[in-house]
Amino acid sequence: MTSSFVNASFTRRHLLTCEELKAGEINALLELADKAVESNRQVIKKRDILRGRTLINLFFEASTRTQSSFELAGKRLGADVMNMNVSNSSVSKGETLIDTAMTLNAMRPDILVVRHHAAGAVELLAQKVDCSVINAGDGAHQHPTQALLDALTIRRAKGRIAGLTVAICGDIMHSRVARSNINVLNTLGARVRVVAPSTLLPPQAERLGAEPYTDMMKGLEGADIVMMLRLQKERMQGSFVPSTREYFHFFGLDHEKLARAKPDALIMHPGPMNRGVEIASTIADHSRSVIRDQVEMGVAVRMAVLEAMARLLPNH
Amino acid sequence: MRKNENPPAEATAFLNARLVDPASGKDEPGGLLVKDGVIADLGGHLRRNAPEQVRVVDCKGHVLCPGLIDMQVFTGEPGQEHRETLKTASHAAAAGGVTTIVVMPDTEPVIDQVALVDFIQRRSRDNAVVNVHAMAAMTRGLKGQEMTEIGLLQRAGAIAFTNGKASVANTRVMRNVLLYAKDFGALICHHTEDPYLTEGAVMNAGEVATRLGLPGVPTAAETVMLERDVRLVELTGGRYHATTLSCSESLAVIRAAKARKLPVTCGVSVNHLTLNENDIGSYRTFLRLRPPLRAEDDRTAMVRGLASGDIDVIVSSHDPQDADVKRHPFAEAADGAIGLETLLAAALRLVHSGEIGLLPLLKAMTINPARLLGLPSGRLEKGAPADLILVDLGLPWVVDKALLRARSKNSPFDESKMQGRVLTTMVAGNTVYQYAPAGRE
Repeated sequence: MTSSFVNASFTRRHLLTCEELKAGEINALLELADKAVESNRQVIKKRDILRGRTLINLFFEASTRTQSSFELAGKRLGADVMNMNVSNSSVSKGETLIDTAMTLNAMRPDILVVRHHAAGAVELLAQKVDCSVINAGDGAHQHPTQALLDALTIRRAKGRIAGLTVAICGDIMHSRVARSNINVLNTLGARVRVVAPSTLLPPQAERLGAEPYTDMMKGLEGADIVMMLRLQKERMQGSFVPSTREYFHFFGLDHEKLARAKPDALIMHPGPMNRGVEIASTIADHSRSVIRDQVEMGVAVRMAVLEAMARLLPNH
Repeated sequence: MRKNENPPAEATAFLNARLVDPASGKDEPGGLLVKDGVIADLGGHLRRNAPEQVRVVDCKGHVLCPGLIDMQVFTGEPGQEHRETLKTASHAAAAGGVTTIVVMPDTEPVIDQVALVDFIQRRSRDNAVVNVHAMAAMTRGLKGQEMTEIGLLQRAGAIAFTNGKASVANTRVMRNVLLYAKDFGALICHHTEDPYLTEGAVMNAGEVATRLGLPGVPTAAETVMLERDVRLVELTGGRYHATTLSCSESLAVIRAAKARKLPVTCGVSVNHLTLNENDIGSYRTFLRLRPPLRAEDDRTAMVRGLASGDIDVIVSSHDPQDADVKRHPFAEAADGAIGLETLLAAALRLVHSGEIGLLPLLKAMTINPARLLGLPSGRLEKGAPADLILVDLGLPWVVDKALLRARSKNSPFDESKMQGRVLTTMVAGNTVYQYAPAGRE
């Protein structure tokens, strides 16, 4: 479809951050993902690209959808997938992150998928192991496959990303999803806005390539994509935001605010949603909501990333 | 809440007046016409001649100026109605020439929810004779921990936000409140006393406290908090008002902040402009205040700061306390003094003593608070609300607590001689106070 696919491909050993990804690399992954979407819609979904390979899901932070999405992606490509449940692991017995990494490394996995509550932890771990590492979320830093699946969702629905105006709304401060999306969407030529109360806007967000708004009505004006973020409960009881009621009134996506966006604007949310906090229930189920598509694209994008990495694995 | 539900029956012409408008700086003979609750016309052409079919008031050359706006009034409603209600406070205000009061959220319960702002507005509409605005709590229960619904409270009519008599010790909370309030353009009014340095202290630290054997509050308790706040304003860009400063070091902090164009303003209570720590004399508890009365050097510095414009606002800091909490040894008595009825007369002492001009004095009680709070009043201007006072600057009188309208009688000026008295107070075109010689009003 694009020349970049011919000229460039994803040739990194790890996928840790979106900051350095080139447009060609991203497009190559999206092309692979498009094919994965097709194969996932067949009756027989299983392929054998990763046959004989071991993928370990190492989640230090609870996750339902990302972990199952990676698990499914690995299995559909024929890998042996192991889920490391942190509560059962030696981590809860006081083992350090690096000791855990060394232990796992000795089991000779091919790909490690890691989520950790501390920013930078996944990169630290990647330095200590011999296999490929995929960042499945590190603190408020990065969540690369989320940004890629969002890009895939937008591209398939809108046919393009360049030139679109994307408003990312909510807890930007604590969001790895926001940071990853700002990187990927900017690289692909979109105009990115971040919309939040000042208490949830990180300082100098504009230096990352996002135009900050504290008035959601203005922030949504003419937007092609409205991307809502989850607000964690502990942040909406007086510390960053006074109450869920006030937050929904000024920053929850309802019909009045959505009317400021373009008539064909898409509604996105990385999940899990707090209905009535950041998004009205009727909006979540709106005809222009692509929230469920995002989940499907999640599996496809993760298959694409695994497939690209598989090509680089030793002895392939 | 404006008191314009009942349009006045008749138009009123004030003739032969000395029109004093601190907003424009004008001080000249003339007249003023009130119609439909607003100032319909004013100027020299109305000095002697009134239009037909209007009620005529001969001002006899006395000062006609905008009614005063008092940004810091404590009442006991809801919860402590035996101390003061919105109704009694409003009558005290009217008698003192105050046409707009901003009531503080230090009540029981604390005004920290939309329904309670509604309550204040409804009770004021039904019972008060002057304009009443609610300042809402910026943290829940004034506890200094969790932000209140600043956006929704503002929509409901809260005019500004404060932590009342308590300073927010938690720097992170203060930062987040300023940051969050900025998005709504909301004004944060903060009492600046470090709660740890003031713990247990009852008056200004210094010679007098040492002689009296009372624990004192150093002026640093105020400047430490104020300097912190100014840094946070610089960090956040939030609109900030230090409610009642008391010492010269604080003014240096304010001057530096203003020189850096930070959105910082400040106020002073009339008590700190006209009284000092020596007035406490032999343990007079009605002069036990927060912040405490300071040394004479600080008082004169505050007056100079007012004259120079470093201080923006004068408040009465009207704080009714009944005898039960005041008739105690000084160290065990409650803080606070009433002041609505004596605000103007006490402030005029500074004019009579030549310490400040009438215009800059009135500015700090009319147009300055009006601008800070976004009110249309506080000015003599066509179309502005007819919130007006007629003042005899020379009329001598003696404060008699038995005649004060406030429900609590804890006046620091009891039995004081005053010069200057409000003759008429008008709110939205309605006369709400008319002076009559003592005892026959």
